[in-house]
Amino acid sequence: MNRQAISNLFANPFVKWGLGAVLVLFMAVLPLLNINIPGVLPGPTYTPGSLQLIAFAMLIASLALSYHLIFGVAGLLSFGHALYFAAGAYGLGIALRHLQLELVPAIVFTLALGLIIAGAVGALSLRATGIGFAMVTLAFAQAGSVLVRRNPGGLTNGDEGLGLATANVPDFLIGVINTKNLYWMCLVVLVIVFLITTWFEKSRAGHVVAATRENIGRVRVIGIRPYFVQLLTFVISGVLATLVGMAYMLLQSSATQKVITAEFTLSLLVIVVLGGVGYRWGAVIGGIVYTFLDQRLTALAGSEAIANLPDILRIPLSEPLFILGTLFILVVLFLPGGISGVALRLARGKTGLAKERQTLEELA
Amino acid sequence: MSTVILLLITGLGLGALYFLVASGLSLIYGLMDVLNFAHGAFLTLGAFAGYEFAKAIGGASWGTFLISILIGAIVGALFATLTELLLIRKLYERLIEQVLVTVGLSLAAVALFEGIWGQDPLYTTGPSWLNQTTNVLGATIPNDRFIYIIAAVLVLLAIVAFLKFTRYGLIIRAGVENRSMVTALGIDVRTAFTIVFAIGGAAAGIGGVLASHYYGSVTPYLGGSLLIFAFIVTVIGGLGSLAGAAIASGLVAVLQQFANYYFGLGDLIVVLLLAAVLLLRPSGLLGSKKA
Repeated sequence: MNRQAISNLFANPFVKWGLGAVLVLFMAVLPLLNINIPGVLPGPTYTPGSLQLIAFAMLIASLALSYHLIFGVAGLLSFGHALYFAAGAYGLGIALRHLQLELVPAIVFTLALGLIIAGAVGALSLRATGIGFAMVTLAFAQAGSVLVRRNPGGLTNGDEGLGLATANVPDFLIGVINTKNLYWMCLVVLVIVFLITTWFEKSRAGHVVAATRENIGRVRVIGIRPYFVQLLTFVISGVLATLVGMAYMLLQSSATQKVITAEFTLSLLVIVVLGGVGYRWGAVIGGIVYTFLDQRLTALAGSEAIANLPDILRIPLSEPLFILGTLFILVVLFLPGGISGVALRLARGKTGLAKERQTLEELA
Repeated sequence: MSTVILLLITGLGLGALYFLVASGLSLIYGLMDVLNFAHGAFLTLGAFAGYEFAKAIGGASWGTFLISILIGAIVGALFATLTELLLIRKLYERLIEQVLVTVGLSLAAVALFEGIWGQDPLYTTGPSWLNQTTNVLGATIPNDRFIYIIAAVLVLLAIVAFLKFTRYGLIIRAGVENRSMVTALGIDVRTAFTIVFAIGGAAAGIGGVLASHYYGSVTPYLGGSLLIFAFIVTVIGGLGSLAGAAIASGLVAVLQQFANYYFGLGDLIVVLLLAAVLLLRPSGLLGSKKA
């Protein structure tokens, strides 16, 4: 088969969704299999350590998908996405510990909280455009970060982080022995977020918001107010982040103020760009690759081979974020389509690069 | 009354630090439309350079202090110039990618600083006069605050003089006003871009050394924490406006001090102020319509 035929085959929706379903099925049975990937996973796939890592990667991928919605689809550069994720993690933690709610009411409560916060921040910040928008979202996230650290009323536990109160959480979601249940939960979250993102992108509102990214003036001219559809995207993206935040709380059993820092949002930006701006699969792959790189580079940093190197090599190599940051700069400079851009270029031939530059520039 | 004066002067001292960071951010954004996330890294490296120099000399004299500020400025300017030449220059006219590159640089630089200097605070020593206090109208003011204010005023005057009385200053002012017109007149603005980065880096380096005395220590995260406030100051003052950055620095920092003292909510007040300014006057206090 030549390239054209392959790319046509992948364009067929049945083939595409079929492959997706097979992949999800494979991920679902992974905890029952004994697959060893030395250097990538800490142990065979059925061990809690590996499952925990894969589940975490899937959550980061889901979060990146929600960020893709606001950055890649709507073209809004938000620096405050960590706020809604933290609202999920801390909201669920507080609902379980301080409000003593059962798990399901606690989840509903947290989703409502995320909806309110995203709605309020979105309604305010969307009145500014471009860099102004970025700054307002950053400022609100910063305010959230200050609140969490200040520990109002003993709710957030400040710098120490909020642990998960397990009294009202069903037993099958607690403990190392049940990691595979948590793993399945994270897989479900990823699938839900992916489906909602896809559905939204293909809906009328999704098309309109993509149009506001391409040419906001033209959208106004045909009589649509961009504000509401942008707000809708902002809120959906925020609530999805809240959902992922709750799963994070259950998986990690605690939330620290790290999840609401500006750096955390920046790492999401890095993930989406690394995976390829504008591609759903890019966000997923970027999230997974980033998590594993981060994990493995940290392990590498502590290894003997690095410790014995001279300082000038040892210091940069023992800092995962240095390597990821440098990698990110190189991707921006030389591979503007990220991972999915490279993959598509291999499939389509040479025409890719100009188009990817254009995709990034449309965001400006 | 003495409390009010104390809060006012310490607020201005903090505002001076904000201004040293925000002036460069504002100039860079005004001329090039680049929101420079790496600015905090310039500041941190300047602070570490000043710290290393003071440690190597081993003295706490005025001479050491002043030279360490100078070294901070030079290191900051060099780092900024290299950033412009190696990273930003390749991406002219590609605004989002420029922002992304500075984001990547700030992440990588902070990680590298952690690797070199560790995560723990390194304590600075300065002339002992800095740690004493002066009585102003009944208020006991820490002396170092005066140094910050003087430094910020000197930097402001130097930048204004540069912009007003030199040829490149003229090009930069014209470029902030209308870059395509300057280019159309056949003037190469790229040198001006590099100069603006160097100036911003130098101011940030000075700010870094002073901030390390303000907080009493240097950490790899020094720049990041100041940068967010500097961003807010820049937006409130009006992106691209030096005078706006100066006024907003003072305003934000004084407000922050008062709110911290009376309600303990300084950081939140600043955020609310930003939201209010953006909603009522989206281009900032002294910003042009462009932003």
